[in-house]
Formats: sequence, C-alpha cells, structure tokens
Amino acid sequence: MSTDNGPASSAPAMLAVPGPDASAAPEPGGAGARPRVVRPWFRLLFSELRLVFLRKRNMLLLAVTALFPLVIGIALRLAAPRSQGANGPGASFFNQLAGNGVFLSFIALSTLLILVLPVVVAVVAGDSVAGEAGYGTLRYLLAVPAGRTRLLAVKFTTIVLFGLCATVIVSAVALAVGAGLFPVGPVTLLSGTTVPLADGLVRLLFVTLYVAAAMAALGAVGLAVSTLTEHAIGAIAAIVILVVTSEVVDNVPQLATIGPYLPTHWWLSFDSVLRAPVDTSTLFKGLLSFGVYTVLFGSFAWARFTSADVTS
Amino acid sequence: MTAISSSGLTKRFRGGQVAVDHIDLEVPEGSVYGFLGPNGSGKTTTIRMLLGLAFPTSGSAALLDVPMPDGATGVLHRVGSLVEGPAFYPFLSGRDNLARCDSADRTADPRTAPARIGEALDRVGLLAAAKKRYRNYSLGMKQRLAIAASLLRPRELIILDEPTNGLDPQGTREVRALVRHIAADGTTVFVSSHLLAEVEQICTHVGVMRTGRLVFQGSLPELRRTGAARVIVRTADPEGAVKVLAAIGLTDTQAGTDEASAALGDAEPERVCAELVQAGIGVRGFAVASPSLEDLFVGLTGEGFDVDG
Repeated sequence: MSTDNGPASSAPAMLAVPGPDASAAPEPGGAGARPRVVRPWFRLLFSELRLVFLRKRNMLLLAVTALFPLVIGIALRLAAPRSQGANGPGASFFNQLAGNGVFLSFIALSTLLILVLPVVVAVVAGDSVAGEAGYGTLRYLLAVPAGRTRLLAVKFTTIVLFGLCATVIVSAVALAVGAGLFPVGPVTLLSGTTVPLADGLVRLLFVTLYVAAAMAALGAVGLAVSTLTEHAIGAIAAIVILVVTSEVVDNVPQLATIGPYLPTHWWLSFDSVLRAPVDTSTLFKGLLSFGVYTVLFGSFAWARFTSADVTS
Repeated sequence: MTAISSSGLTKRFRGGQVAVDHIDLEVPEGSVYGFLGPNGSGKTTTIRMLLGLAFPTSGSAALLDVPMPDGATGVLHRVGSLVEGPAFYPFLSGRDNLARCDSADRTADPRTAPARIGEALDRVGLLAAAKKRYRNYSLGMKQRLAIAASLLRPRELIILDEPTNGLDPQGTREVRALVRHIAADGTTVFVSSHLLAEVEQICTHVGVMRTGRLVFQGSLPELRRTGAARVIVRTADPEGAVKVLAAIGLTDTQAGTDEASAALGDAEPERVCAELVQAGIGVRGFAVASPSLEDLFVGLTGEGFDVDG
C-alpha cells in the first residue's frame, strides 16, 4: 500500500505545478476568454430539465401517465376471455394480446396517443415560454442574458425529452404489466408472421421512438403557440384543441384529401413496424410529416421569439 | 466610458401611442443616476429598451459603450437589473431561484455559483429565508431577492426599476442603504422612481421624464440652479422695500403684509441688503431662498404628477 501511495501521490503534485497557469487562461467571464458555448448550454439545459421534471405538476402528470398502462392491462386481463374476436379500432392488437404480453405496449401507446400523451406534451410545451412570460421570469432570463435563440433551443430540447420520457414510461410500464399478466414469448406480428421475442422488443423500441418523434413535432407546434401569449393555460388549451380538431377532421371521409397534411394523421402509422415486411414508405411519410411540422413551427417560434418585445 | 447612453431613443406602440419620445440619455460612469418621472411617463419602457427586452422604433442606445440590443449577449452579464418589480418561480426557494438565474448566464462559473449565491443572499439579508419558497416571501423579501439576483456577479452597472415600490419606510431605507453600498464599490447605479424624495439623498445625477420626453438631465446641483433664487425681506414697510428692490434692478417683486420679495437674478445679496438699509428701510429679516427640489421636480413633471403611485 505504502509503496503504491508514494509515487501516486507525488505524481499529481508534479502535474499540478503548471495547473494554475493553464487554468487561469480560460477563466470564465474573463474578457479575453474564448466564448464557451457547449458547457453553458448544457448548464442551462440541466436547469431547465430540473425545473420541468421536478415540478410537482409535471411529476404528477408522468405518474398518471404511468398509471394508464397498468389500468388498461388489468382491465384487459379481467376481460380477456370475452375480448376474443372483438372488432373495432385496435381490435387486432387486442386479439394479439391474449397470446403475448408485449402487445400491451402497443395497445397502451395507441390508446394514449389519442389524447393523454398529446395533453402531457401540450402542458409542458404550452407552459414553456408563456409560463415564463406569465411569471415575469422571462424578462429576467433575457436580461441575464440567456440569449433568445439559446433559451428557445433549450426549451424545445426539454419539451422533446419530456415527450420522450412520457412515451418511454408508457412503453416500459405496459411492457412490465404485460409481462406480468400475460404470457410472453415469440411475437406474432399483425401480418401473421412470428418473430423471436428479441425482434419484437426491437420493434417496440422503434415504435416508441416513432411516437416520441410525433410528440416532438407536436412540441414544436406547442412551442410556437406558447410564444404568442403570456397565458400558459390558454396556450395549453389551444394545443389540445388543435390536436382534437386535427383528429376529428382526419376522421371525416369527405376531407380525406387534406388528411395526410394534418399534424395527427401519421401518429398511429407505427403499426407498419408490426408487419413483415415493414411498410417503410408509410413510416417515412410519417417521419417526413413530423420533420416538416418541427421545422415549420420551430422556425415560426424562433422568428416570433427573437423579434417580439417582452412586455410581461 | 459612458455607463448608459442613448440618442433619439423612441418607442411607438402598435396603437400609435408614443411611450418614449426621442430621449438622449447620458449616464456618467460611477454616478448614481435617478431616473424620475410619474408612472406612465415611459421610464420602464426606456429600461426595457436599454436591456434589449423591447426593440426601439427608432434611435439607438448603448450600455457600457456596447450598442443595444445587438450587443446584448456580450454586455448584459456586466449589468445587473431589476425590471418592473421582482419576478421568480413561486414554487422554488429563494436560493433555487437565484441558481436558475445564474445557470442562464453563459459567462458565470458554475463552480463558484453556490458561494456567489450565498454571498448575494447575505448582502440583502435573505440568508435565513434562503430555503423558503418564493411564494411565501413578503413583498419586501421579494424585492430584496430581485436585488440579490442583480448582485450574483460583480457588475459595472446596476439598473433598478422602482426598487422601493410597495416597500414600507423601513424597507425603503434598507434599499437606499444597499444602493449606497453598491455605489460605494464604484458601480454605476441607474435607479428609477416616481418619488424624488426616495432617491434625492443617494443620487448624484437625475433625469426627469414627462410623457415620454426627457425634460431635464444633469447633476443635482445643476437641477437646483434651474430654480430661480428669491430674496425675501421681512420689514414693516413692504411697499418701500419693493420700490428699493425694483430700483436696483430686481424683477418679479411682490409685497406682502410684513415682507417683500423679488427674484435675485445675478444681484449680490450683500449689495441688496446694503441698498435697503441705506434707503432707510427697517430690515427685520433678510433671506435668500431657493425652491426645494420637490418644487422644481413638480414644476418639470407637471400638475398631473401622481405622487402616491
């Protein structure tokens, strides 16, 4: 021990000699220091993540979201014998569930994607800028200065991560509940092919990421709405109304021509992943739609946020 | 270096109302500048433009010789500010709120943040309440937390918008003492108020706003000089005294029941007194009076001045 300690403790002491000089040069805040970008960006991001994820309201939101797959799983388990051969939306998922618990994840995602997940994203996205404006903290952040573009980028990243977190929670809880209540084994896809469990889990991962991408696009729309007002509740309500309107319009056959351009149209297209071969063209169109919405509304949010007077 | 300067700074709202009308600010480095004016005279809008929160319709502004709002990210970390009252997250503690502010500053060193936050809290006397949620702070504590946020780092300029608004006399005194301390370190302080009395004791310079225009700017002695001094003679013969005062060239003479007065102008008080005595006027009392700053201020801001806010 003592022979090891000797050279080990003297080495840092020798290395430490040039240390102060080397560290003095890039002293933060020094006028001559090279402007640091990456580390301060992450510092603000962590602050934002702490603010959003540790806020009681948002934690409650995630907890309730986690509860849904549990309730759905138990309900389906109790009703399992009777649900055989049921029709209606998602019926194919339900039929598969009896044979494999993994399908609870797909059922939970497609059920919660109608309203619960969008509401979770709407709350965080709508609150992002409007909430700060409402509290008046926005003027202090900008006077610090946080930088308008930088603050907006951090806000959007946080919304995306929150949406991803909610989606992963639904998938993971549903997977755990499904595995507990139903048999687990090789997965029979919607197209009838049976693939190994590992393959099925990889497909679940892709579905989860696809849904998270859909929520990221919604987050960009929400961010744009949020820059328009200082009333967070108003922004949240507007985003939810937008989602519901889009879903309703998408279900009117006479309006089928505009369907593909609606923000919610491609959300449930993830069932393409559960077929063999995977329908990549549908998935690609969906991802393209999410990308276009993100760029369009992200640009709008940026243009608005970097040019508007902060009057709150 | 000029701490704050502006040239033709103008803000016209979308409705067409001109909130700030071509103001040319000149705040010398190291001064304590009182930015005065009634509520609604454009003080806060001016401060918002100086900090890059609002964009001017025309004209330009600069902080520490850096043009705003273009240079905002390069200069604002040298400037501490309190704009239109304190604003923090009600669900966070005082300490966490300051940590949030500090994390937004890309030039602040995160390693020294806890120490700097503790120091700022200590300076405004909030260390004991650091863990309390902002929601449960009193108005005075909220105001002090906002000042603490502006003290998170050594600043060259501190802009305080109505820092004593809503405070009781005790709180007002505390803020005044704090401003004195900040200024004693060589920091330029720009403090707005609708009450001259609140800043008169601490300011070296003042700017007075009236309906969007800067109607006076200069040092306090300069403001005093704008008021015409009057000579006041207490005597049993006011009529005779007025004749003498007029004879030696004083204007705006007035006679009362037992006193006479006139604008002093360039005349020497000693000579005026001697002339009166020589003319055989029995002088009981002789005084030269200047209008109070408050009188001058009200004269500048007009009768519509909202004293109580």
